[in-house]
Amino acid sequence: MKFELPKLPYALDALKPIISEQTLNFHYGKHHQAYVNNLNNLVAGTEFENADLETIVKKAEGGIFNNGAQVWNHTFYFFQFAVAPKAIPEGKLLAAIEAKWESFDAFKEAFSKAAATLFGSGWAWLVKTDAGDLDIVQTSNAGNPMRDGLTPLMTCDVWEHAYYLDKQNVRPAYIADFWKIIDWKVIEERF
Amino acid sequence: MSFELPKLNYSYSALEPYIDAQTVEVHYSKHHQGYTNNLNNAVGGSELEGKTIEEILNGVSAQSVAVRNNGGGFYNHNLYWDVLTPGGANRPEGDLLKAIENDFGSFDQFVDNFAKAAATRFGSGWAWLVKQGDKLVVSSTPNQDNPLMDVADVQGTPVLGIDVWEHAYYLKYQNRRPEYINAFMQAVNWDIVNDYYKK
Ligand SMILES: [Fe+2]
Ligand SMILES: [Fe+2]
Repeated sequence: MKFELPKLPYALDALKPIISEQTLNFHYGKHHQAYVNNLNNLVAGTEFENADLETIVKKAEGGIFNNGAQVWNHTFYFFQFAVAPKAIPEGKLLAAIEAKWESFDAFKEAFSKAAATLFGSGWAWLVKTDAGDLDIVQTSNAGNPMRDGLTPLMTCDVWEHAYYLDKQNVRPAYIADFWKIIDWKVIEERF
Repeated sequence: MSFELPKLNYSYSALEPYIDAQTVEVHYSKHHQGYTNNLNNAVGGSELEGKTIEEILNGVSAQSVAVRNNGGGFYNHNLYWDVLTPGGANRPEGDLLKAIENDFGSFDQFVDNFAKAAATRFGSGWAWLVKQGDKLVVSSTPNQDNPLMDVADVQGTPVLGIDVWEHAYYLKYQNRRPEYINAFMQAVNWDIVNDYYKK
């Protein structure tokens, strides 16, 4: 099985000025594509040659894990954005957020802090535990919460390539803008 | 006493065309300054006050993650800007060249090894030319770790370091890290690397 770069549900200039077309050209067209290409090259002739992506994310190590998880993480990241997003969660997801953090605003603050303080390259995640509760976790580099038995619901890529062309060193400005394009309809479906 | 951001001995545009002025400005005045400030905040009022940065890094396993990350960030960028000072020899000479040829076979082979270590470091980090006693080796470290730290896989004295955090090259090279590595190698001042080697 060949892994393929998924087609995005929006145009590369659709998220500007929050995320510029130039950033998406590189982030999706170069980085995400390179992870797909590397993964296809690396799995050839290994036990993962016919594995699905989720199995690779959960079980692989080294280069196969790094590239496989980066394919999964980026697809998950890009597909949570929309041009006309649902701006706030409702129903069961909102109830679960309020049960954990008291309010949607307090959750946003906690998630933003997790994204801002991850040192180096990595990801901040909203996850669901086995018990059905919500939590926020950070992973370094290609890390993915599924390896710890958690279900990812939302993620913020804080590799510098995600924001450097638009915001340079000001990661908090990228995170503040991130909320404006998150489509809570997608996150509710994942929940 | 607190740590101070060393003065940059050249203009932001002095590393053109290898490293662009905007990158040097943000990298030095925001990132490097940020590590310096955060290091001072982490060290201030602790038993580390008054110690040299080398002493702190040598024993970093006993310190907080803030000391490790920002102490490393401070030291690593000091070395980085220093070895990029414009002018000087564009190849190693004398004893340093001999040591490189002895330990890597040739200067070109060293450049290959060093560039490969820099290109294959996944995520943020650094690649190093490290002096271990009278031997030279190439290594790489994640994030702001370095060979002075007692947590590093390969320990010794750094004599050359390349920053491969994306902030070091993204404005000019974007995803093309190997092009940046190649440009960096052309900008290295080997007289200054030699000074570190002789220390
Ligand atoms: Fe990314
Ligand atoms: Fe840097």
